[in-house]
Amino acid sequence: MELVLQQCVNALQWGSFYALIALGYTLVYGVLRLINFAHGDIFMVGAYLAFFISTALLAPDGMFAFPRELVLALTIPLTMIFTSLVGVTLERVAYRPLMRKGAHRLYVVITALMCGLILENGNLALLGASRKTLPVLLDKSVYDLWGIAVTNLKLWVILAAVLVFLALHFIVVKTRIGMAMRAVSWDKFALPLMGIPLDSVIVFTFILGSGVAGLGGLLFAMSYPVLEPYMGAMTGWKAFIAAVVGGIGDIRGAFAGGFLLAFVEVMVAAFLPSTFRDLFAFSILLLILWQRPTGIFGKPLTSKI
Amino acid sequence: MQRYAINIFFLVAAVTLVGLAQAGMLDKYVLTVITFMGINCIFAVSLNLVNGYMGEFSCGHGGFMCVGAYAGSLLSVAFFTNSKLFGAALFAPELAPFLFPLVLIGAGLAAALFGLIVALPSFHTRDDYLAIITIAANYIIISIVENIDAIGGPRGFSGMKKVVGLMTDVANVPWMLIWTIIGLFACVMIIYRLMTSTYGKGISAVCQNEVAAEIMGINTNRVKIMAFMVSSGLAGLSGALYAHVYGYVNAQAFNILKSTEGLVMVYLGGMGSISGVLLAAVAFTLLIEVLRFVIPWLNDVLHATGLLAVNYELGQVWKWVIIPLVLILLMQFRPEGFLGNRELTHVFPRLRRWITFR
Repeated sequence: MELVLQQCVNALQWGSFYALIALGYTLVYGVLRLINFAHGDIFMVGAYLAFFISTALLAPDGMFAFPRELVLALTIPLTMIFTSLVGVTLERVAYRPLMRKGAHRLYVVITALMCGLILENGNLALLGASRKTLPVLLDKSVYDLWGIAVTNLKLWVILAAVLVFLALHFIVVKTRIGMAMRAVSWDKFALPLMGIPLDSVIVFTFILGSGVAGLGGLLFAMSYPVLEPYMGAMTGWKAFIAAVVGGIGDIRGAFAGGFLLAFVEVMVAAFLPSTFRDLFAFSILLLILWQRPTGIFGKPLTSKI
Repeated sequence: MQRYAINIFFLVAAVTLVGLAQAGMLDKYVLTVITFMGINCIFAVSLNLVNGYMGEFSCGHGGFMCVGAYAGSLLSVAFFTNSKLFGAALFAPELAPFLFPLVLIGAGLAAALFGLIVALPSFHTRDDYLAIITIAANYIIISIVENIDAIGGPRGFSGMKKVVGLMTDVANVPWMLIWTIIGLFACVMIIYRLMTSTYGKGISAVCQNEVAAEIMGINTNRVKIMAFMVSSGLAGLSGALYAHVYGYVNAQAFNILKSTEGLVMVYLGGMGSISGVLLAAVAFTLLIEVLRFVIPWLNDVLHATGLLAVNYELGQVWKWVIIPLVLILLMQFRPEGFLGNRELTHVFPRLRRWITFR
């Protein structure tokens, strides 16, 4: 029983990472109907940016040499800002010109895939294959809750995911810009006629999505401090699958899907040989999609002929 | 006579290629590159059936290549060699060149069977949801293969070099090049014939509008099953060839990156254009190989002109930065790929005089 509960905590932590990435996928998809396959690599960029920022701020003989708490407090917003800059750059340089030309949606998807490859391999080429290690930003303390060991970091990760989810949900559902975002996905052509600036809504979406991915990268790097250029690829694909299972385009779906995937993965790895993890996780997802083709929260679209 | 000019041209080209290889005029490296070009062509053209003609977004095609590679290697090892896994050879080793087509067909059938993983859910699912199912299928297949310890699991599987050796014992010709050419020819023929048949019109109709196609009396489920199975079967054929050329298979060689390569070739060539995709597959393979030489040269030039820091070497990693960059630029300037959805004969109508393609 304790083992199950302990694994549940781990699953919640992994689910938070998946959810943080899946939220970015789903935001962009909800607005543009574009699968932003570079998103997993933006997550990786976030982790690397966190590494550079925190090392620069911590360096004892450097310009700053701040105490660790202050470094953490500065690293979080700086990582999110710089990561969202990367995301917006991708949108401006690669996606927007292509969409302006009215290219088929799938060509934009391929461009996104290629951008992801450039980020991965460019990183490998520029920084080399030596792995980076994020400095310790948070003193580890272990709480004992009813026999389950929980580190403070895990709690922060889960809390961050929940808070981000609530904030995004609030933005999309309650605010004016959120209304504009939902309107873009509703009808992209009528929107400019209503006086809503289409481009700034799209840029805002990318800022939100990439910023959240950057936060995810920072938290991931704090939990598993060894960074490598391909860390975003696998996690990104899985988070995308999670977003689709939840019902892509719906924020609740991304959140639920991320945790669902993590639970399946962690439980399979805990009770079966861990090599079966992918097999079971993906088979279950396939069955879910077979039974509910639009995901858990997705609504079936009716199309006119 | 004039109308068969292209067919004769291809025949002569193939024979010349094999002749050159036989005479030892091509060194091993060039021969391997040409063979891989053919394999990539088969892979891309088979993916084109689903992604181009049927308009679905399948991004897990590497998985079917994996099934084909393993099925083909297992069959040929079981047929022609004494192995620990299967015991004594089923057939005399002299029969290897004659029964090798059976191996290829078996690999194709096995891959087609696995195509059902994607085909069955596609009845209710479209677009991005189907894309996910294909990715999941890719992961599932790799995971299954890696969990079967008898065929090597994550260590991979080898022993196909022996079979190729047996074929060369019978007749000393470049067998794998010949099989690849035959496979490519068969693949292009199958897809071309399929797309010009009534079934093929059904596939195009599903691409244009699935609901309308159904109303017009097309059994869309049957069309989808067939398209997915043919497509994955041909990918399996390319996998079997790959396994025998390489002499070693590993499930991770067919992961999502391989599928991405296939997607790149299809979208570079233009969706729904056999000739475009063939061109793109050749160009893509060439680009990869050319960069192998260009990068060291660029490194020397940049060091000589002092543009690059002395302690930094331009490595082969840059290949996978340059290739996506080239592709992104190509997409910006020619978003529909080389030929769009037209064939070469539509772009250059004069060519039509020289072709009958039936």
